[in-house]
Amino acid sequence: MNVFQAIIYSLSTPIFYKLMLMSATPLIFAGLGGVYSEITGVTNIALEGIMKIGAFTAVVFTFYTGDPWLGLLGAIISGVMLAWMHAYVSIRWSADQIVSATALILIAGGLSAFLMEPIFGHSGQTDFVAKIPKIKIPAIQDVPFFGQIFDEMSIFVYLAFIAVALSWFLIYKTPLGLRMRAVGENPKSADTLGVNVFAIRYFGVLMSGVLAAFAGAYLSIGELGQFQENMPSGKGFIALAAMILGNWNPVGTMWAALLFGASDALNIQLQSILDIPPEMKALLNLLPFVITIIVVSGFVGKTRPPAADGIPYEKE
Amino acid sequence: MSILVPITSVIIALFIAAIVILLIGKNPLSAYWVMLQGAFGGKAAWAANISKMMSLVLTGLAVGFGFRAGIFNIGAEGQLMMGAIFATFVGINLGNVSPVFAIPITMLAGILGGAFWASIAGYLKAATGAHEVITTIMLNWIAVYLTNYFVVGPLAVGQGVPKSPEIAQSAQLPPLMTVQANTLPSGIIVSIIAAILVYILLEKTTTGYEVKAVGFNPYAAEAGAISLSKNIVLTMAISGALAGLAGSLEVMAIHHRIFGDFSGGKGFDGISIALIGQNNPIGIIFAAFLISSLRTGSNAMQFAKVPDDIVTIIQGIIIFLVAADRIVRTLIMKFASPKGGESK
Repeated sequence: MNVFQAIIYSLSTPIFYKLMLMSATPLIFAGLGGVYSEITGVTNIALEGIMKIGAFTAVVFTFYTGDPWLGLLGAIISGVMLAWMHAYVSIRWSADQIVSATALILIAGGLSAFLMEPIFGHSGQTDFVAKIPKIKIPAIQDVPFFGQIFDEMSIFVYLAFIAVALSWFLIYKTPLGLRMRAVGENPKSADTLGVNVFAIRYFGVLMSGVLAAFAGAYLSIGELGQFQENMPSGKGFIALAAMILGNWNPVGTMWAALLFGASDALNIQLQSILDIPPEMKALLNLLPFVITIIVVSGFVGKTRPPAADGIPYEKE
Repeated sequence: MSILVPITSVIIALFIAAIVILLIGKNPLSAYWVMLQGAFGGKAAWAANISKMMSLVLTGLAVGFGFRAGIFNIGAEGQLMMGAIFATFVGINLGNVSPVFAIPITMLAGILGGAFWASIAGYLKAATGAHEVITTIMLNWIAVYLTNYFVVGPLAVGQGVPKSPEIAQSAQLPPLMTVQANTLPSGIIVSIIAAILVYILLEKTTTGYEVKAVGFNPYAAEAGAISLSKNIVLTMAISGALAGLAGSLEVMAIHHRIFGDFSGGKGFDGISIALIGQNNPIGIIFAAFLISSLRTGSNAMQFAKVPDDIVTIIQGIIIFLVAADRIVRTLIMKFASPKGGESK
């Protein structure tokens, strides 16, 4: 089978779409997190770090309590704590947001690796813990093709799309969303109109912590049931690219995440279908990253960030 | 005042890390003592320390040089690896060439490899506005997978860990001194010279002036007839060349080949070093020494059953405090003035 035939073949299988949804899910969560933070004017490239600490604490909480739902709660708490650190120095102390986020990526990576040995007695990866159960929806189960896609699907996949719909509604249809966008575009005039710029920005950044923690928890207790040291492996940054490509809009971010998910799924599928030597598989792994570069380079048209994105606001 | 901020940040970070060590039930004082021994206790420790420092000076310079032009080159990791790949490719084919030529050619290959890799991000930023943080991170991953590809594919040799063949003897940098299993690499001299050259470039040349002008205020610089896009690409190329040189020195002076996880995070350490050294080439030499000491010392700390990842936490806290330098300044003010925080 040549490459072209292999691509056509994999696009016609339900497993491709299942893999696409699974790959897109963490990108949707983390990408939405980026949207919340950046439309209020705070860049947050620490999504990768929040995903990592979220994935780790999810396993730790599940390990101690035996309940993966409490694991998810732990992930959210740790994600919010890390996001709060970013918010505090960015909003209160006008810190350089890229530098602060870089620091948090290091702290998250260092903490999760450091605590592995005292808690699990070995480094590199944690023990296996209980996973959040997958769900079956009987109505879809019997539909041909779709039934196979949604057979035994993680609840996180459904939650991701629900989060997209809720976020779209919140941002474009509610007074809070209007305030968020106003603060991200022109904090000064928002302030003049009586909007609490700092509070809105805190809300945006803390929401990015919640959502990136969901993304991390999906990777550990949603799919694998274990945390590995290199877990998000760049997905936090690909999520940022999805946010940019999606024009800082929840629905656009979802489509972009699905595109990246599709390229990831294609990579996995081609590696199993094509009869290729192992070194070529290493090359196929480049695919999602190359696509991300092409995409952020405006290959698919220019996008525009919120005007005050990344600029600290200081009251006179 | 400006040098007080990184120093205070380091002290606070060591203090917080001590609390973290205490929380896992270990004694931070004895952990830090082991760390000091590991970094400075004897000739072998010093040799290991200086070996680590060699590349860290260069990755620190790479990131710092970018910062001076307002560019956040987070890709020193990938540029180091591309430099190592290029240097290895050239170095394994120089069997019959005299070291007088083989050494500079191999070094140059690494420099060009790093410069090329960084220029991609520079070009994309200049041409399309693609943010360098995302493109360089992606280029890091691509460099990792490319290295994996070369060591299991075209360059694969031997059994066990995937690795390339050794570069020719004539392309290897002779050590200054050999201490037990550790060597004191002559590459450290190359790093120090590079730092001095970057200092001269930044402080004494027109190019340096333009780079700093762009970093200080891109709009004013453009109004002053300085080409933004030319400077972005040039800054990235120089920045990448420095990281690429680090890659070639790792190959020529230490490993003599490439293998999978080649860099071990030296590119990312460059970010901490540039920030601690405040983007000043001479400050970066000292910051690289600090980080190499922490890294070398932390290897020894494993004997005290304290995971060496504590260093990453320490680095993270230092950078966090450097980012939030106003907190640190306020703290210093409080301690400096007897009445507390009132002096401006």
